[in-house]
Amino acid sequence: MPPTDTPHSHPRNPGTSLDLAWFDKIAVNTPAAAARAATLATRRSVKKEWQAAWLVNAIKCIDLTTLAGDDTEARVARLCAKARRPLADHIVEGLGLEAVQTGAVCVYPTMVGAAVRALEGSGIPVASVATGFPAGLMPLNLRLAEILYATEQGAAEIDIVISRAHVLQGDWAALYDEIAAMREACGDAHLKAILATGELGSLRNVYKASMVAMQAGADFIKTSTGKESVNATLPVSLTMVRALRDYGAQTGFKIGFKPAGGLKTAKDAIAWQVLMKEELGRDWLRPDLFRVGASSLLGDIERQLEHHVTGRYASSSRHALA
Amino acid sequence: MPTVKEILDSMDYGPAPEAAGEVTAWLAERGPFGHFIDGSFTAPDDTFATDNPATGDTLAQISQGSAQDVELAVKAARKAAPKWAGLAGHERAKYLYAIARHIQKRARFLAVLEVLDNGKPIREARDIDVPLAIRHFYHHAGWAELLADEFPGHTPHGVCGQIIPWNFPLLMLAWKIAPALAAGNTVVLKPAEYTPLTALAFAEICAEVGLPKGVVNIVTGDGATGAALVESDVDKIAFTGSTDVGRTIRRATAGTQKALTLELGGKSPFIVFPDADLDAAVEGVVDAIWFNQGEVCCAGSRILVSEAVARDFTDRLTTRLGKLRVGDPLDKCTDLGAIVHPTQLARIRELVSAGEAAGATLIQPETQMPAKGCYFAPGLLIGAEPANPASTEEIFGPVATLTTFRTPAEAVQLANNTRYGLSASIWSENITLALDIAAQVKAGVVWINCTNQFDAAAGFGGMRESGFGREGGREGMAAYLRAPEVKSKPEAPASDFKAMPSPATPASSGIDRTPKLYIGGKQTRPDSGHSYTITAKGRELGLAPLGSRKDIRNAVEAAHKAGAWGKQTGHNRAQVLYYIAENLAARQAEFEAHLKDAGHDPKEAAATVARAFYYAAWADKFDGAVKSTQSAKVTLAMHEPWGVMGVACPDASPLLGFASMVLPAIAMGNRVVAVPAQSMPLLATELYQVFDTSDLPRGVVNIVTGPRNELAKTLAQHDDVAAMWYCGDADGRKMVACESAGNLKATWTLENRDWMNAQGRDFLRHATQIKTIWVPYGE
Repeated sequence: MPPTDTPHSHPRNPGTSLDLAWFDKIAVNTPAAAARAATLATRRSVKKEWQAAWLVNAIKCIDLTTLAGDDTEARVARLCAKARRPLADHIVEGLGLEAVQTGAVCVYPTMVGAAVRALEGSGIPVASVATGFPAGLMPLNLRLAEILYATEQGAAEIDIVISRAHVLQGDWAALYDEIAAMREACGDAHLKAILATGELGSLRNVYKASMVAMQAGADFIKTSTGKESVNATLPVSLTMVRALRDYGAQTGFKIGFKPAGGLKTAKDAIAWQVLMKEELGRDWLRPDLFRVGASSLLGDIERQLEHHVTGRYASSSRHALA
Repeated sequence: MPTVKEILDSMDYGPAPEAAGEVTAWLAERGPFGHFIDGSFTAPDDTFATDNPATGDTLAQISQGSAQDVELAVKAARKAAPKWAGLAGHERAKYLYAIARHIQKRARFLAVLEVLDNGKPIREARDIDVPLAIRHFYHHAGWAELLADEFPGHTPHGVCGQIIPWNFPLLMLAWKIAPALAAGNTVVLKPAEYTPLTALAFAEICAEVGLPKGVVNIVTGDGATGAALVESDVDKIAFTGSTDVGRTIRRATAGTQKALTLELGGKSPFIVFPDADLDAAVEGVVDAIWFNQGEVCCAGSRILVSEAVARDFTDRLTTRLGKLRVGDPLDKCTDLGAIVHPTQLARIRELVSAGEAAGATLIQPETQMPAKGCYFAPGLLIGAEPANPASTEEIFGPVATLTTFRTPAEAVQLANNTRYGLSASIWSENITLALDIAAQVKAGVVWINCTNQFDAAAGFGGMRESGFGREGGREGMAAYLRAPEVKSKPEAPASDFKAMPSPATPASSGIDRTPKLYIGGKQTRPDSGHSYTITAKGRELGLAPLGSRKDIRNAVEAAHKAGAWGKQTGHNRAQVLYYIAENLAARQAEFEAHLKDAGHDPKEAAATVARAFYYAAWADKFDGAVKSTQSAKVTLAMHEPWGVMGVACPDASPLLGFASMVLPAIAMGNRVVAVPAQSMPLLATELYQVFDTSDLPRGVVNIVTGPRNELAKTLAQHDDVAAMWYCGDADGRKMVACESAGNLKATWTLENRDWMNAQGRDFLRHATQIKTIWVPYGE
């Protein structure tokens, strides 16, 4: 059955020309960002039915991911099966819901075909990483060719990686051109720009890279590949959602946000959703504007929801593997 | 209850109430409450209700403390004092450690109790009030342990009377009781009448840890009980509350031996420069004025924003304002709880209306407000100019004024355009600018790119009418200790004034000399046009100008113009002081002769030269400190001069007494209006030429000769004099303390002493106040 939320219910970001004035003087005070991030989750709390609903919502926003060297078609098929039925039936029933599925499945380009086949009829989009993931250090023509390959295989969303060097060297024009070319290569597929924030050195750079990616036409901005030593953190996420808020204020276009790597617990899932709701509003709790790149998060959420339904603490051995 | 499916649609937060069962059970079992005196609760008497402001329900009946109750409590504290003070520091440390531990173990209980009684959100009680209270007791357990090493020769005051406000009941209790006990004092504490419950629970914790009887006594009641405590036989009063009450206490304790610290109101600036992280500054406002319903003495209640970003900042702030949740204080999603009491709510309404009437626009979000209970929606008063009462009066509610400035200089001007001086918050990514502004604002605590940061190791307290004394850290400990006693040396009564000619005591031969006043580096005739006769050993030594109110006024104005002195390096001030010593030494024989003529010890001259050397040495060495507070936050404690000080000098040692008081004051960067020995001012007037030849900038030292107590009174009353030192008789000391209440200037009143050895850190400490500056860092 199709997902409850229509994907991409808002007009797509066409991008703008590169405009340094939107970001070159940006001030981001790191301790203040950390302080805000630290109190976001302590200022808001969801309990009981609300907690259950917020955890289900998180599942609907998960890009269930496998990005490993030993991925096989069968392993991807197993993941896709979990994406279709992320919760055991008795939990779904216990919650009074009809069906729940994840926001997308995210795989390497060579696994897109397998994922598309496994997800047929589910309405779940397949996202593919591309452009020399995770480092991105490949010639641009090969990176663009990789996007074309993935879309031809049926990927509806492309998670591209940026050249960190452009950010570290302050070469915003090069970064803009690169992402704009990728956006063009994506065609109808949506572009999620992975900024690899753990390698950008400062929150100011995170903000600037976010803004350039959006000016170049990104549909989503995404924190991390999951392969950096530091992946999604709340202060980084705060900085990125403020950038996309500012872009929206300038252009009227809504950009999505995807934290990836680092969200492992149900508590994390709540914290990031609080961030979205407090800083951006309810719209950013829908899968067309919010995704969570995660592989192990779902397991923890499922256990929490089982507890909510049964009143007993759960064992993951009773839940289907992803 | 909505279904999961429905919530998935709305994505609301839903209710998340903290359970209050344990606390309500305790209230039912323990109430009605008596006072905690000498280790046990008295029978409840003359009770009044304390209510939950969120619901209006009565929580408990509390006893109204009478003067007799206070007396009993003070007696119990007095009885317990010698043994408590006599304990080894380590023993007291163990008790404080146990208290800290027990508060920690009762953390949830205390947080919920605080919420019920005060109306503050559970998040704040749980994450801020209680953890800081615990930290305070741990920190001071450490001070008890180290007391003998770190404060040699110091003794506790004895019995401390402590009066605390209703905005942070448990935390203020911790700020008061922890240092008092660490120092070896015993206490009688009066919690606020609106919020007595956590203090009573704390009394049970004291019993629970086996604190000796009488060391902590809690007497509940209203202002009358507080007044009785101020009047009672205590050795120190520590008060946190309104400036008006502080003024009353200042007058009431004048002329007594009671030490006094006051932590009073504020109208603190929150300054946003165009290069600030505006989103961070917006969150800063949330933590500044929408924290604890704005019922915070150091709340950043005057937002000053650069015109360059005013619109952008105001838009962001208004959006953020709309996200705040007002409601059930026990709910974990609540940002603003209830106002403590209907009386306070009425006051907030009144002041906000007055602000609107005077031309400001109130912005309030369309927040869903609870149907009942004592609530006020958070807001901003836009366009509240300095002339608007909302910009000058402490609202003590969740409403800040917002106005703009053009330049950093104007920001400082606006920031300091207040009678208060508690805190300031400065937002700029430019460290050069931020520290420059931090140096210029009149505030005891400055937060750069942050706000409302507290730690037990950092001093907290105000300048100007925000009070005096610091709480927290070493400086806070000092406020609970008596410095080693100095032996007093009674002063002979001053000679009579005679402004009429005195032919009976003919002047000595030679060219007639005309000493004048010394104001702004110029020798000036007194406004009165009178002189008075100075005699020694029955002989006229000369005529001294009879200074009066107007001369004091002129001298204070001249002193204010010499503000550059305080900004000079310690090295430069040392150079001037050395030069004074050098020039004085060259004329030492002459001064010795004058002293001899005047019937005083000629050795004063050499001692004065040495004193100038001594304070020259200190000028660049009275260092501040970097406090161990929180990680990645540099916390500086800087010694700042008061600014313009009044100094009334002893009559007994006309040269050395003058030098011993004036030199440390100017060494620290103050400018001084001094009244020299009234019976023998001619030594001080001889110094003008020394000052003039020693590169002392004009206006740094101003000298007005004449009747000491009369001139000191004018100085004490002067609102533009920041601190006052007075040496003299008991009546004069009382008068100075009492008259200083007008602008709550810090006073140091001394008895005459042997001035030969009167020098040291104590003088420097009294010549400065501590400004604590918080600078978070991190990339």
